[in-house]
Amino acid sequence: MNTSLKKELEIFATKERLLLLEGIFNAKAGHPGGSLSIAELMSYLYNVEMKIDAKNPKWEDRDRFVLSKGHAAPALYATLALKGFFPTEDMKTLRKADSYLQGHPSMKCVPGVDMSTGSLGQGVSAAVGMALAAKLDNKDFRVYTILGDGEIEEGQVWEAAMFANAKKLDNLVVIVDNNNLQIDGTVEEVNSPYPIPEKFTAFGFNTIEIDGNDFDEIEKAFEEAKNTKGRPTAIVAKTVKGKGVSYMENQVNWHGAAPNEELYNQAVAELTAKLNELEGV
Amino acid sequence: MSEVIKTATRDAYGKALVELGNTDAKILVLDADLAAATKTGMFKKEHPEKFIDCGIAEGNMMGVAAGLASAGYTVFASSFAMFAAGRAFEQVRNSIGYTNLNVKIGATHAGISVGEDGASHQCCEDIGLMRTIPNMVILNPADDVEARLCVLAAAKHNGPVYMRFGRLAVPRVFGENYKFEIGKGAVLKEGTDVTIIATGLMVNEALMAYETLKAEGISARVVNMATIKPIDREIVIESAKKTGVIVTAEEHNIIGGLGSAVAEVVCETVPVPVIRVGVEDTFGKSGPAVQLLHEFGLDAANIVAKCKQAVKLKK
Repeated sequence: MNTSLKKELEIFATKERLLLLEGIFNAKAGHPGGSLSIAELMSYLYNVEMKIDAKNPKWEDRDRFVLSKGHAAPALYATLALKGFFPTEDMKTLRKADSYLQGHPSMKCVPGVDMSTGSLGQGVSAAVGMALAAKLDNKDFRVYTILGDGEIEEGQVWEAAMFANAKKLDNLVVIVDNNNLQIDGTVEEVNSPYPIPEKFTAFGFNTIEIDGNDFDEIEKAFEEAKNTKGRPTAIVAKTVKGKGVSYMENQVNWHGAAPNEELYNQAVAELTAKLNELEGV
Repeated sequence: MSEVIKTATRDAYGKALVELGNTDAKILVLDADLAAATKTGMFKKEHPEKFIDCGIAEGNMMGVAAGLASAGYTVFASSFAMFAAGRAFEQVRNSIGYTNLNVKIGATHAGISVGEDGASHQCCEDIGLMRTIPNMVILNPADDVEARLCVLAAAKHNGPVYMRFGRLAVPRVFGENYKFEIGKGAVLKEGTDVTIIATGLMVNEALMAYETLKAEGISARVVNMATIKPIDREIVIESAKKTGVIVTAEEHNIIGGLGSAVAEVVCETVPVPVIRVGVEDTFGKSGPAVQLLHEFGLDAANIVAKCKQAVKLKK
């Protein structure tokens, strides 16, 4: 990846982290850990990979994105806001009773949300249905879905995987955010889904393992997915839960908790310093 | 007297799907490895390009249906009631109900009349489950004529619909000119002493009960309630006012189904006694369907008995 694009994507990911934390801080609730872990993936998807139009969120030929791990809604909303689907100021209303920014993504009220999610394992099936619709209609739109590594303990994920391969959905990319932590501990301690790549390979997927916080590897994986014909692709993205905020990194207790003011200010200081460095201020 | 035509509502479902497939380009039919039994196989034969078998994975099927619907299709997703409403309840709730997408669930083999397969497959809880999902419309036709009209109406309706069909061949109740509208009950017989509000295969039993009661000097009003949700409040209130007591009849648990829906309306408006004929909070068992229906009290004789009790409650 050329350095100017990489810098642009890094700046976007950093702004996304600041914005999603602003939402969670103001809501006094939400899921920072698994939102921060996917910032690079979201930055790449919405700035490079996907055909979308913020002015026409329901454009029929758009690429689709389904956040199957719906609790990372702050990352999706921050991305959509930065792309102009709705005002960035609205992130302050996240999870509030008079806001359209629901705790988990809702397609009925949030511009740019292609499927309501939050109940784990369900988003991937809807993504499969969308990819099948493209095939039936001879359209070339592609469908992307991000799942948590804990989420793939849900049996429905494997029903969907079996079906996606049976229907040869090469326009589908399933991304597993492998940050290794779920609510009750490490995924190994709770109910190990490992080895993840082997499972998707056994289900007929072209499987790619990457560092999910590294843009060069993300780019290569999505390019390979695009060139894979006749079967879906699974990208197993090793990430750091809480990435970008020092005290949240790899800490399971930041799965679903909002920072207090002091810690929020620290996070903002760290991310602002990173942003200034990137922007050469 | 002409011979009574008997058809299972699942057969009418299959035929109506074929009819829809002939005219509507944006129709898809999904099944979960039960196409021969749910009768979507008829559609598969005529419109193979619009038929998708999802295999034995009902939860995924409902999610796939939602994804297809989000891309502009009207999707009929079919399985047995047990698996469509039971196993896939939460997928239906979150991926179809909450999203208000155009997925029409064709649930066959509802109720005790599944027969020999027994309790594991005799779903008497589906109406109760589906009734609690906002946006969900529930249709439970009495015969093949009404089943066809339900399917056509569901296709036109914007949003999710749960359609309940049976395995057992049941007598045709309605003539060619019968009109069906979602949300509207129909008065089949006028009467003054008691109202029987019935749904599904119990409508024919209610009509037989009407004749028996008439012979014994009891004047029963008979209402066909094919739409369980949204329930036709007006016809329930009118019946309560007119006859002062109501007997409901359904092939479903007496908890959560038509009887509950009618009682809810009556309690809040014109409080009159409501006696429920249905499966009395128990599981089914194996046996010939018709024999089981009698054994579980899902017949005209039990409706007659309950109507007599009901009339006594008025005095």
